[in-house]
Amino acid sequence: MALAETDSMQDAKVEKPQGYWSGVGARVVRDPVSMICLGVVLLLILSAIFAPWLGLPDPYKGSMIARLKPLGTEGHILGTDEQGRDMLARLIYGGRLTLFIGLMPVVLAFFIGSALGIVAGYVGGMTNTIIMRVVDVFFAFPSVLLAIAISGALGAGIVNSLVSLTIVFIPPITRVAEAVTSGVRALDYIDAARATGASAWTVIRVHVIGNVLSPIFVYATSLTSVCMILAAGLSFLGIGVRPPEPEWGLMLNTLRSAIYINPWLSALPGVMIFITSLCLNLLSDGLRSAMNVRD
Amino acid sequence: MLSYFLRRLILVLPVAFGVSVICFLLVQIAPGDPLTAIMPVDATAEEQAAMRAAYGLDKPLPIQYAIWIGNLVQGDMGKSIATGRPVAQEVFGAVQNSLLLAVSAAVIAFPIGIFLGFLAGYFRDTLLDRAVTALSITGVSVPNYWLGIVLVIIFSVNLGWLPSMGAGPGGSQSWAWDWLHMRHLILPAVTLAVVPIGIVARTVRALAGDILTQDFVQALYAKGMSRGDVLRHVARNAAATALSVMGLQLGYLLGGSILIETVFNWPGSGFLLSNAIFQRDLPLLQGTILILALFFVAMNLIVDVAQAAIDPRIKRS
Repeated sequence: MALAETDSMQDAKVEKPQGYWSGVGARVVRDPVSMICLGVVLLLILSAIFAPWLGLPDPYKGSMIARLKPLGTEGHILGTDEQGRDMLARLIYGGRLTLFIGLMPVVLAFFIGSALGIVAGYVGGMTNTIIMRVVDVFFAFPSVLLAIAISGALGAGIVNSLVSLTIVFIPPITRVAEAVTSGVRALDYIDAARATGASAWTVIRVHVIGNVLSPIFVYATSLTSVCMILAAGLSFLGIGVRPPEPEWGLMLNTLRSAIYINPWLSALPGVMIFITSLCLNLLSDGLRSAMNVRD
Repeated sequence: MLSYFLRRLILVLPVAFGVSVICFLLVQIAPGDPLTAIMPVDATAEEQAAMRAAYGLDKPLPIQYAIWIGNLVQGDMGKSIATGRPVAQEVFGAVQNSLLLAVSAAVIAFPIGIFLGFLAGYFRDTLLDRAVTALSITGVSVPNYWLGIVLVIIFSVNLGWLPSMGAGPGGSQSWAWDWLHMRHLILPAVTLAVVPIGIVARTVRALAGDILTQDFVQALYAKGMSRGDVLRHVARNAAATALSVMGLQLGYLLGGSILIETVFNWPGSGFLLSNAIFQRDLPLLQGTILILALFFVAMNLIVDVAQAAIDPRIKRS
């Protein structure tokens, strides 16, 4: 009897306890809406990256006689723009700059804002006051206004757009990071770590970052859709990407002159912006509910 | 109440100061010499130096800021480089038009947003809830400058029902509440209303859902209160938060209407701002942004105080 018992105990599978992130991953994978959105976003990103190898016409090469051809034209499945350039090619190539300028600022702001917020929340005192009061000032500007103000002053250009949008998104991320960090800072295990003589940097690196980064990350993902819309909006206003580069916002702007000639063609670049921003929003919502973050 | 208002006001002053510093610095980060716009190309070095001194541009930055802010509090925001008219005059005319647009959008958006959000929150996890949630996600995801173009394509180009641009006969100067003018307001106001509809619906849905599950709602039903009266209690509990979200949205509508004003050539502050950007009219750019940002700050203050007036719990914390 005793022997049989030991045997069955040895047979029992030792399962690795499911980690937090694999749990989140499993829940996201089970959510069809999130998976479709993820697929669409990945498709857009991949087609933008591999655009030169897709056998598309040259997105810069126009034709005086083939201007504003309607959708479904032979050889130009999505028609041609006001300079006779192939729309499909320009929409796919346009994803390169649009997605880069639409997503990069949130990534940059995530790193900078998290660093500022964690320092402010952990160190507290005067450092906290200075960082958070400066953040408050930036909150006095609606995000659209701030982005346009900085881009308008700096002038058009890809780098200028990246700079202005990054500045727009640092304050909200800093505020969230600070709130989360000061919450963690008050917990006992931080005191315990400090009592062992660990330096501030060690405590932040080992005990704080792992516990604050995921809520900050989820918050940052919720900003990507706004950032996309704003980035394309800057180009739409003429203070983002410069012609003749293909970029969805800029294309929407230059095609505005065609709304009386070929209206639905001129709305196409906006459809791309809309689809991307919708998928980013739904994806962020899916992630949020998978991580059980309440809003 | 008064002491609460004063406390908030004191907190607002440093923010307003910071806002003025950022607006001042905007001109400093602009590439190129601010003088090139006003000086003839063949100006000599002495003439340039004289002009620099006349504008105070040879002084250190803090002094320049002090001069600028000193003029500002006297209502002098400098002169527009493009038109030569005082910036204050240009901005206030345009802000009136923007306010008209923003308030119209709010009048459309808030009741719809509250109604949809409440329905979704009350009938949680039903088909209706899902429909409203989908609608509000679509609302916050749509690039509204594109939506404006689509509405123009449908209602101006295809149907020919509504005008696609401007603020009616007589331009920005002669607004009147008649059909001739109001038909110009419809498309931009509806376009601008879409995002706040989504945000307000989302907020109210979450609020209503939360409050309805609280014990006091059960208690009210248990003592035999009618459904309508219970909902009045729920509404009162939700009012403070809903109000603050809507107040902020009104501020965003004013500051965020720039793109929509460009699409519809609406003669508001956003239109002024985009003109200022393209003509490199930095004083005008600075003035417009300052006024819009200060309006937003004031809006925040009003929201805070109104919130405290509705919900006394806020004042105590």
